[in-house]
Amino acid sequence: MTSDEAAALAPSAERVGLPAIFRVFLTLGATSFGGGVVAYLREALVERERWLDGETFLAGLELSQILPGLNATNMSVYVGERLRGAPGALVACLGMMLPGTIVVMALGILFTGGGRVMNVSTVLVGVGAAAVGLLLATTWKIGRPVIQRATDVAIIAVTVAAVAYFKLSLAVVLPTIGPVAVWLYRPRAMDRLRPPTRGHETPK
Amino acid sequence: MLVLQVLAVFSLLSVLAVGGGAAVIPEMKHLTVGVAPWIDSQQFGAIYSLGQLAPGPNMLMVSVIGFHVAGWVGALAALLGFFVPSGLITFHVGRVWDRFEANPWRASIARGLGPVTVGLILAGTWSLAHTVMVGHGPVPYGVCAIVTLILLRIKLNPVFLIIGGGLTTWIASMLGMPAC
Repeated sequence: MTSDEAAALAPSAERVGLPAIFRVFLTLGATSFGGGVVAYLREALVERERWLDGETFLAGLELSQILPGLNATNMSVYVGERLRGAPGALVACLGMMLPGTIVVMALGILFTGGGRVMNVSTVLVGVGAAAVGLLLATTWKIGRPVIQRATDVAIIAVTVAAVAYFKLSLAVVLPTIGPVAVWLYRPRAMDRLRPPTRGHETPK
Repeated sequence: MLVLQVLAVFSLLSVLAVGGGAAVIPEMKHLTVGVAPWIDSQQFGAIYSLGQLAPGPNMLMVSVIGFHVAGWVGALAALLGFFVPSGLITFHVGRVWDRFEANPWRASIARGLGPVTVGLILAGTWSLAHTVMVGHGPVPYGVCAIVTLILLRIKLNPVFLIIGGGLTTWIASMLGMPAC
């Protein structure tokens, strides 16, 4: 068996070097834009480097979405940890954050230091408006597969009302709505939701 | 001490950021604009917009808020505060996550928190829209609508739309359109 085949079969069997982890995440941190980090991550980690199989990637993504923090940095930590433990998590996360931090700080200093070259604020209004559009499109893409039943619409509506209308803190919203939503989808309820007509299952 | 306050505020935001960056926008605005108050609403909108021009995770702009409050140490405190706590949680949970693969509650948590996350992101989008678009005339609304429609129809690197949006309002203001 060639090393290529071995790598394809057992993606994380080979010990990956810390510089390689840093380099790959640095590239990701410098090239991914506008919340599309997940697609870049999958392309780099699963397809190009073969550090993870698709299933592990999805498990990590699910974890990143459940836990607090951004998908991009949570995935860096998760993947880095799998490859090389704590040092791996650290260099992956640093690589992911470094390019963007340098750019945003440079822009920030330029902006707060006057920015007389052109009227910065009129540019930023459009940038912000485009960012809202980007968020709307992202929400639609995330939301469409999630909304399957009236329960989902109700949970979304209650959450939006709590935050946007009643201005409740997330410190209140998360510990209340979160457990209720999970309870609504508790394992027994999930069993009942499972479609009864599945070919390979014996009918009850 | 101001730096410690920055660290504390962003650490709190870090552990509350279920659903990612957009989900925590209302809380971040409340804590940095309403409670502290370190910056005004307009600055918050401008700094968030700046962050969109940078690659990588989209909340790196917390460093600019920290810089605004307490210089370079403030920038570092904001970054550490916002990214270390959630990073540590992911690190430790990630190590045991596989062990729960067969546990039915894992699917329940993912399924239940899905719509909560969507709700939080929607509320964050609403808050951001209010901050960056209201009071600047009709052009930003047009930019927002066009960007949304384009992204729903074709696969395109959003950075072009972000820059295009910025150029649109800039040109509009040059042409003397209202209140940009």
